[in-house]
Amino acid sequence: MENREVVISVRDLEKSLGGLRVLNGISFDIYKGETFVIMGGSGCGKTTLLRHLIGALKPDKGHIYYANKDITTLSSMEIDNFRKKFGMVFQSAALLDSLSVEENVALPLKEHTKLDENIMKIIVKMKLALVGLRGFENLMPSELSGGMKKRVGLARAIAMDPEIVFYDEPSSGLDPIVTAVIDDLILDLSKKLLITSIVVTHDMNSVFRIADRVAMLHKGKILEIGTREEIKNSSNPIVQQFIKGETEGPVDFFKKGEDYLTELVDQ
Amino acid sequence: MLRFLEILGTFAKNQIITLINFTKLFLDTLFWIFVAPFTRRRYLKRESIFYQMVFMGLRSVIIVFFVTFFTGFVLAMQAAYQLKQVGAVVYVASLVAVSLARELGPVLTALVVAGRVGAAITAEIGSMSVTEQLEALDTMAINPTRFLVVPRLIALFFMLPCLTIIGDFVGMFGGYLIGVLNLKINSAHYIHVTLKFLSLKDIYTGLSKSFVFAIIIAMVGCYQGLNTKGGAQGVGKATTLSVVTSFILIILADAVLTAIYYFSNI
Repeated sequence: MENREVVISVRDLEKSLGGLRVLNGISFDIYKGETFVIMGGSGCGKTTLLRHLIGALKPDKGHIYYANKDITTLSSMEIDNFRKKFGMVFQSAALLDSLSVEENVALPLKEHTKLDENIMKIIVKMKLALVGLRGFENLMPSELSGGMKKRVGLARAIAMDPEIVFYDEPSSGLDPIVTAVIDDLILDLSKKLLITSIVVTHDMNSVFRIADRVAMLHKGKILEIGTREEIKNSSNPIVQQFIKGETEGPVDFFKKGEDYLTELVDQ
Repeated sequence: MLRFLEILGTFAKNQIITLINFTKLFLDTLFWIFVAPFTRRRYLKRESIFYQMVFMGLRSVIIVFFVTFFTGFVLAMQAAYQLKQVGAVVYVASLVAVSLARELGPVLTALVVAGRVGAAITAEIGSMSVTEQLEALDTMAINPTRFLVVPRLIALFFMLPCLTIIGDFVGMFGGYLIGVLNLKINSAHYIHVTLKFLSLKDIYTGLSKSFVFAIIIAMVGCYQGLNTKGGAQGVGKATTLSVVTSFILIILADAVLTAIYYFSNI
């Protein structure tokens, strides 16, 4: 495992947003072709971490290397060249409402390649077929269900044949069956197209279905990192509480106040 | 007192930050229009410019027609009311024509378009902004300024003067109807007086204003849209702000330009 090629390596990432330390010294490597899951509770910094990985945010400290190139020091023009090599599936799918399904998937191709219109159409059809949406080319995003939108988003993300695909909460707001379908797609894509997948999620079923390796984020730090078995059998009580979804444990959900009564009455 | 100064200071600071960001967006847009096409490959999309032209220009014709027609109509009646007292009713023709061409045509058309197109620009880009669509464009390495702002600015820059020309003529036609039907001025005579007093200069000073107004409407609309935050309510707020800002800037720019033309005798 350790001999595999590293695609992304993150070193000592630190970031404060609005005076709050969101990322507090994060380091990890992601290997080629694996499905790497970043999980953690709400507000633990996973979305912020993801936005750093796609170059949307710059860290206060630390580095992110893609193929030995530090993207934190690149200009926005150079980052754009990197972005052509990866795809991203957004939590809300983020399809452009003014364009049809076909135009949405074709958008990156239209903007970045000189392909012939007909070839583009064929590529779009192939990508849509890959996510199980044959014949949906002419619908508008508003006519699609949540799961379909997400699949179109996935088709758009892989339109340029990226090396890496990022998924931001791919299962949020979807029913269990559609979630399983999306999970299968993620697995399929990494197997068929050898895409490295980086998934941010807190859906435990998904995590144990798709992950090669898992990183558990807690309060801006990596609490534990390992294969899914290692995480499943982790001795860390926070990880166990998170996996099992228990209210009692080291992570307090409710604020412990001695003076709840005074807080209630005190205006 | 100190509190008052504090509020004033924060207000001024925010305005200056807005102004700086707005200027940045404008310069960025100019870069994508004038520099990028020569240094990179085909970065201006003709089809999206034409799409915007149809939406902004063609679809605004009816409302511009309506507003300027009745403005000319009312202007002729009000002018006749005054001019009757000195027995110079025939000058209704020139008064309507010149005031429409120099002032009312460009300004009213710009205000109508700011309400219709400016609001639409902000609402569209604003809702894209609150639903991750702008972020999606960014991660696809598609620059939102190039993709969204540039076609809108170019389209409006060419369509607003066209609408203004239509507005000028329709307004004059409104005045003509009053002059001929109500004031019983001979049709040929009305047209003759109009042409005698209306010089080409009146038309092109008016049109030059509408180029400036087009830049104001498109840039304010896009700026407010791109900076929309806070869900559906945020989109509503941004849209209102966009229209109000456009209105104020249009009137201000009009005053400045008119003063320049007036004092330099153009």
